[in-house]
Amino acid sequence: MSKLVIEAGKSELHYWADLWKYRELFLFLAWRDILVRYKQTVIGVLWAVLRPLLTTIVFVVVFSRLAKMPSEGVPYPILVFSAMLPWQFFATALSEASNSLVSNANMISKIYFPRLVVPASAIIVAFTDFLISLFILAVMMIWYGITPSWQLLLILPLTGITFLTAFGAGVWLAALNVEYRDFRYVIPFIVQFGLYISPVGFSSSVIPEKWRLLYSINPMVGVIDGFRWAITGKAVFFHWGGFAISLCLVFLIAAGGIWYFRKTERAFADVI
Amino acid sequence: MSSPVIRVENLGKKYLLRHQQQGRRYKALRDVLSDKVKAIFQISNFKIQNSKSTEEFWALRDVGFEINQGEAVGIIGRNGAGKSTLLKLLSRITQPSTGRMELDGRVASLLEVGTGFHPELTGRENIYFNGAILGMGRLEIKRKFDEIVDFAEVEKFLDTPVKRYSSGMYMRLAFAVAAHLEPDILVVDEVLAVGDAAFQKKCLGKMGEVSSGGRTVLFVSHQMNAIEQLCSRVLLLESGRLKTDSPDLRNVIRDYLFGSEDADIAARSQWTRKDGQFDNSWFAPRRIYLGDQNGTALAMPVSNDGDMWVYIEAEAATLDPALTIGYAIYSEGGGLLYWSYQTDSAPEDWPIIERGRFTLRGRIPARLLNEGVYRLELIGGLHHRQWLFEPGKSAPQFFLNIQGGLSDSPLWAAKRPGLLAPVLPWSLSS
Repeated sequence: MSKLVIEAGKSELHYWADLWKYRELFLFLAWRDILVRYKQTVIGVLWAVLRPLLTTIVFVVVFSRLAKMPSEGVPYPILVFSAMLPWQFFATALSEASNSLVSNANMISKIYFPRLVVPASAIIVAFTDFLISLFILAVMMIWYGITPSWQLLLILPLTGITFLTAFGAGVWLAALNVEYRDFRYVIPFIVQFGLYISPVGFSSSVIPEKWRLLYSINPMVGVIDGFRWAITGKAVFFHWGGFAISLCLVFLIAAGGIWYFRKTERAFADVI
Repeated sequence: MSSPVIRVENLGKKYLLRHQQQGRRYKALRDVLSDKVKAIFQISNFKIQNSKSTEEFWALRDVGFEINQGEAVGIIGRNGAGKSTLLKLLSRITQPSTGRMELDGRVASLLEVGTGFHPELTGRENIYFNGAILGMGRLEIKRKFDEIVDFAEVEKFLDTPVKRYSSGMYMRLAFAVAAHLEPDILVVDEVLAVGDAAFQKKCLGKMGEVSSGGRTVLFVSHQMNAIEQLCSRVLLLESGRLKTDSPDLRNVIRDYLFGSEDADIAARSQWTRKDGQFDNSWFAPRRIYLGDQNGTALAMPVSNDGDMWVYIEAEAATLDPALTIGYAIYSEGGGLLYWSYQTDSAPEDWPIIERGRFTLRGRIPARLLNEGVYRLELIGGLHHRQWLFEPGKSAPQFFLNIQGGLSDSPLWAAKRPGLLAPVLPWSLSS
């Protein structure tokens, strides 16, 4: 067994090795949260089904029937739901990750482990909801007679990007949430605001041409447009330039989030 | 065999106390922002205010020691002496502000029993999860699963959510998981303060096993008996500093409980309240002392041939029929002799506590205790609801020093063996 040396003020070199050592804890934590989520209420799974479905119905009514937004030749429910998929994943992952540290405060003040494990496993829980939603999507696609093409595989990297975005922003917010306890009021606001500025209920083609580059800087815009393309096979709208910028932004957020998390992590047990 | 597995040098931990935030537990962004805005408008004022409002507090300072493999070391000290901080540093939960430590081997810390237990999960699920938290691998838990269940005696309830467990079962299960860890260094904090006597005994036995198996144990407790039973060496912490580090348990414990100076004891034969201490509306103690029949304070050492009274001057604003007040008396070794409450007798004989100031007294009969120094601690609370003065948790305390007057017998002049020295009646029956 190697000797462990801890010195004041030195950031630990063995952190990343530790992170690997605690991978089982990460899985267990995710497993526990998933168990609890679907056990606590009988309607646990039903909830995961109903939430995106009901939101989709409302959006279809509001944006298609009332606002008469263009549907780009795709059944409007599919247009909305294919955006709802990544958006719900992102929103749930972000809020679960942001609150994960505070809701596991007890563990953090009593046990050592690399704290990054906590927000990361919170995202896994959101991911299970995402998988359930994928199943709903399959049912909807059969209903509307949409045959998937090879493009459907694009969902994988796009999910990866969503994951990274939620993780980067999530760890950042999680750390801020420990430091400033009133930050948790900001998080639902961010999520709600994001829903309106992302093209969930409408196609991004309604955005005027000159604003598209700016609009595409929101990482979720590229992801949502990508999802629509992958699912319907119709390139509804895709701004490559904006997508590239937002991809860089995602990596910046993730790197910055991890950096900030690592910086404040040492004091978590003292302030939580 | 006896190479140091823990080496600590100069270890210190500093906290910043923010006075301005009294009453607020957490920092809020709102306050930080408003402070910043204020700072812009009144730069000079803010600086003064700021330096006043934060204060450094060293929870631990310049602590150094080495612990060899297989040693069982007890850590004692009053509340706030830095024991828990030391354990938190050793178990890497928090980072030191100064100094360094070297740990050789796998450290498992048990600062609380049942960390991470989730009430919705079943016993089986919680065993796996808790094991993972404590650093066991999945295979390791699987291997020891039956042993853990056996130790906890919960087979029948394995698939019941732990929220339906009795608190005893919950504790047993939680400790069982922890007890089956096989770390090289085990760090334990006050775990034994909970659970019934049988459970505590079982825990102590298990910890003894761990240390005799060549592993190193660090153990914080307020229970001196447990320390004596388990440890071969003791560290005494006092306001963040290491005061004593010695294998001579009895002396260190005596030092800790009674202070090393005998002369000191007379001065501590009574307890007087300092501002705001133990303020509550049911029973706010003002002064506690030992006196004679008429309430005159007794000078220490006291002779054992007369009755003594424990006088408790206090004030009550709210009357509650569940109020029980009394004292616990401990021997020099830290062993508890007995508890006595004003509600020990039949209800019609209980003294009636009135609103306002009053003095409650309890008699210690002549010739009950042996010669020696005793520590008395105010205990009490609202029966079955809450402690106001919890034993062992820095409740008001004072000391009693008995010398002489043990008996009228010409054969019995000096201190006898044993904790008590009662003169009991003898007679002949044919």
